[in-house]
Amino acid sequence: MATKGKVIGVVSNLVTIEVDGPVSQNEICHITLDNINIQGEVIKIDGQKVFTQVFESTRGLKMGAPVEFTEHMLEVEVGPGLLSKRYDGLQSDLEAMTGVFLKRGEMPPAFSYETKWDFEPIAKPGDRVQAGDWIGQVKENWIDHKIMVPFLLDGLWEIESLKSKGKYTTKDTIAVLKNSDGKTQQIQMSQRLPVKVPVKVYANKPIAFKPLETGVRLIDTINPIVEGGTGFIPGPFGCGKTVLQHIIAANAQVDLVIICACGERANEVVEIFKEYPELDDPRTGRKLIERTIIICNTSNMPVAAREASVYTAMTIGEYYRQMGLKVLLLADSTSRWAQALREMSNRMEELPGPDAFPMDLSAIIANFYSRSGLVELHNGEKGSITFIGTVSPAGGNLKEPVTESTKKVARCFYALAQKRADSRRYPAIDTIESYSKYLEYQEVQEYMQKHLEPHWVEKVLFIRDILLRGKEAYDQINILGDDSVPTDYHEAYWKSELIDFGFLQQDAFDPVDKVTSMERQRYMMDIIHNICKDDFDFDNFIDVAPYFKKLINLIKQMNFSEFQNNEFKKFEDELQSTLMERVINDKN
Amino acid sequence: MKRQASAFATVYTKIEQITKATCSLRAQDVMNEEMALIDGRPAQVVKIQGDLVTLQVFSGTQGIGNDVDVIFLKEPPTLKIGSDLSGRFFNAYGQPIDGGPELEGVKTAIGGPSVNPVRRQQPSELITTGIAGIDLNNTLVTGQKIPFFADSDQPYNQVMANVALRAGADRIILGGMGLSNDDYLYYRRVFEDAGVLEKISCFINTTDDPPVERLLIPDMALTAAEYFAVEKNENVLVLLTDMTLFCDALSIVSNRMDQIPSKDSMPGSLYSDLAKIYEKAVQFEKGSITIIAVTTLSGGDITHAIPDNTGYITEGQLFLRRNTDISKVIVDPFRSLSRLKQLVIGKRSREDHPQVMNAGVRLYADAANAKTKQENGFDLSDYDERCLKFALNYARELLAIDVNVEIDQMLDTSWKLFGAYFKKEEVGIKEEITKKYWPKKQP
Repeated sequence: MATKGKVIGVVSNLVTIEVDGPVSQNEICHITLDNINIQGEVIKIDGQKVFTQVFESTRGLKMGAPVEFTEHMLEVEVGPGLLSKRYDGLQSDLEAMTGVFLKRGEMPPAFSYETKWDFEPIAKPGDRVQAGDWIGQVKENWIDHKIMVPFLLDGLWEIESLKSKGKYTTKDTIAVLKNSDGKTQQIQMSQRLPVKVPVKVYANKPIAFKPLETGVRLIDTINPIVEGGTGFIPGPFGCGKTVLQHIIAANAQVDLVIICACGERANEVVEIFKEYPELDDPRTGRKLIERTIIICNTSNMPVAAREASVYTAMTIGEYYRQMGLKVLLLADSTSRWAQALREMSNRMEELPGPDAFPMDLSAIIANFYSRSGLVELHNGEKGSITFIGTVSPAGGNLKEPVTESTKKVARCFYALAQKRADSRRYPAIDTIESYSKYLEYQEVQEYMQKHLEPHWVEKVLFIRDILLRGKEAYDQINILGDDSVPTDYHEAYWKSELIDFGFLQQDAFDPVDKVTSMERQRYMMDIIHNICKDDFDFDNFIDVAPYFKKLINLIKQMNFSEFQNNEFKKFEDELQSTLMERVINDKN
Repeated sequence: MKRQASAFATVYTKIEQITKATCSLRAQDVMNEEMALIDGRPAQVVKIQGDLVTLQVFSGTQGIGNDVDVIFLKEPPTLKIGSDLSGRFFNAYGQPIDGGPELEGVKTAIGGPSVNPVRRQQPSELITTGIAGIDLNNTLVTGQKIPFFADSDQPYNQVMANVALRAGADRIILGGMGLSNDDYLYYRRVFEDAGVLEKISCFINTTDDPPVERLLIPDMALTAAEYFAVEKNENVLVLLTDMTLFCDALSIVSNRMDQIPSKDSMPGSLYSDLAKIYEKAVQFEKGSITIIAVTTLSGGDITHAIPDNTGYITEGQLFLRRNTDISKVIVDPFRSLSRLKQLVIGKRSREDHPQVMNAGVRLYADAANAKTKQENGFDLSDYDERCLKFALNYARELLAIDVNVEIDQMLDTSWKLFGAYFKKEEVGIKEEITKKYWPKKQP
């Protein structure tokens, strides 16, 4: 018998319940309010008194309202039919809801139970299997959606029977398993997973080494992220965090993208809703929406569900990773999630940590990031979750708890700078502040040597040096004045500007410039690298700026043209002849 | 200690605890967020613990005895919505303050649920204001939410009134929080003079009224807005001024409720509290709600918790700044941003709009650098000199808030200035566009 209780206190979405039996931490309960059920999660137990955070508005709640506990934690339902769906933070299908406004207590299922899927067995009766092993597959859009042994099933099992090729619903039994104790277990195509428990039914977690192509030059070339890697993008408002994430989501070379809009603007999600069914997936030529799942808990939706939304997204990601797929998970913004934690901790009257955030914030963030990564499955296949979160630091100050906690765990740091955004230098990633630890990985370096070019990493580091030198030169020029520094300083500064305008900056709204293939990045990098190596002949510092502006303009025109078409070549020829005017000792 | 007041309401007469802003008493069958009258003063349930109910008294608890009548109203705060909202002025409780008749519409709870994100449409209609600092560089779109960031001495109420009148909305709803009586009368006169009284509704809390009452104003205004946008399919423009005073009221309440303050003494829930308001901006298939707000800054500091949280929620911000070179208030092109402009510029306006906008701002930034150089006593290059001349005219002819022209004219003016001071490669606009629009002869 499930435990029952009644409401004895409420303040905002913190509801206190008196219970008549056992309850567990994080257990889900249903509270009756005006003949509907609203969901709550147990966050503290004190004798017969249980504190719950409620996922919906508690307006109108009365003392004594009946409560029923469910004996399980917050769960998602996974199985074929998740792709292209738009969910709220608790995995209710937003499309299936009625009316213009969200209705309290309305929780349609994650996917239709009636749809029949073309099932194809992979395993056969007699095979020994364990949690997470593939026993069959169905076609979901273009993905071979693996049907797996439920992740929560302990121990080794033998397949007693397995359905043959045919059409089945997610609720039909497709296999029966038996273990050595003679216990049998029926398997359906769908299963339920608790969101706050990491999925660990893989064989091991090797080092991630393969760069993930995003089409953003500043990322792919300068600060690469890898398949199964982690990164984060902190930045004050208006610096283009969301735009950057959207570009990555649209162009990254992955199988599946999960976007978690966590406590951000609804119109940004609407943009994805409207554009993704139109945009092409660069890998398959199908529509982007077909490889995308959107979890959206916008800022005006209930706060507790905001916290749940990132876990919902991660759990769905882990489910698909287990099929040997490359998953990209984007969360915008993890600060809103942290704020949701703060609001609850505050209402619970816990002693606050820095900036009134809960003391264990750092641990919570670290645990979450570590759920991503590259994994090797028991059958030798590999799957990955690459996770990139944005952070919205209060006042743009990177010395705040969420940024600092994230910095400890994420391997790529893409700091967006207000100054760059103010002067419309997009993407506003500050190259000097930002880093990718993956560039230091031996495995990554070896991969790049083999697949890009032998001295790639040195080239990238050289470019970073030129940028740093340019910044120092610029400071000197500003302190001493234009004419009091050697002409070399101007040259150094303008070389860094050339890298900035010609390579780092990328117009997200230009049809050509918004995505750059790795091949093209390499080509342009070569040109720019050579210019930076060259020495130029200038009599007077006054000539430096106009000359480099001319070069920059030509490189920009190249960036706006289709790779290697006539326009592109025309500008490239012009660039080369302009270079001839001033270059003294070509290193060749 | 209770008696039956009527068939429906119970009157309680024993208050256990009174603080500056709250009263607590023992009562049964009370709903969370229910309204009550304490000695005739409106109050709202904010906390229930067993039978101990804590109410927030909007007008403060001054003079309340522990034996006064408390009547629970069995409903959350409501507004009577209907077409008789037109042309009227109300207080924070939705009661007329213009001497007109009581409202007779349908009683509706304010602060209702959010729009399902999948039912939203993408904002796509350009709003013209005639102000180039807005239309050219930070174009507004219906369904957008955007605040003015301004120091308190800047004429934000005047700019906002101008924007409201020129925007061509079907309906204007003004939510005034902590408005000075003069500003209230100013808005009233402007709306009367423009002959638009029949399409406005105003919810006003002036500095004469208790500050905590302000907390109801945005929800009142937006409940009225939702009525006109959803039921009447109108394009509604909601003006909220001043949101900083709204936040101050929030911090007063949270302080008196013994909550742990986060940054700048603001409650930890500030982000969610503001988001609930601003996210009411929406584009429907027919009808929309656009929110233009004012957030006053202290000394231009946008890192303070109020503008900071606002900036993360709204779709950009319009930054007013005094430009001493032209002695006028301008819309600052660096700090201002309209996030939704990409949806309309070059699509609902001329094709060259995006590139002209970017080039103009970039050259203005070069001028700012040149100015720093000049101030530090360095020699200026020829390019610097030209940038400075450009910037002066750019500010005067385009950025100043008293400009009132069509967008095409703003673009033409930009090209004229580019041509007057720069070479084509210095402007750095795509060649095919430069070919078409570069001024034929230098003026």
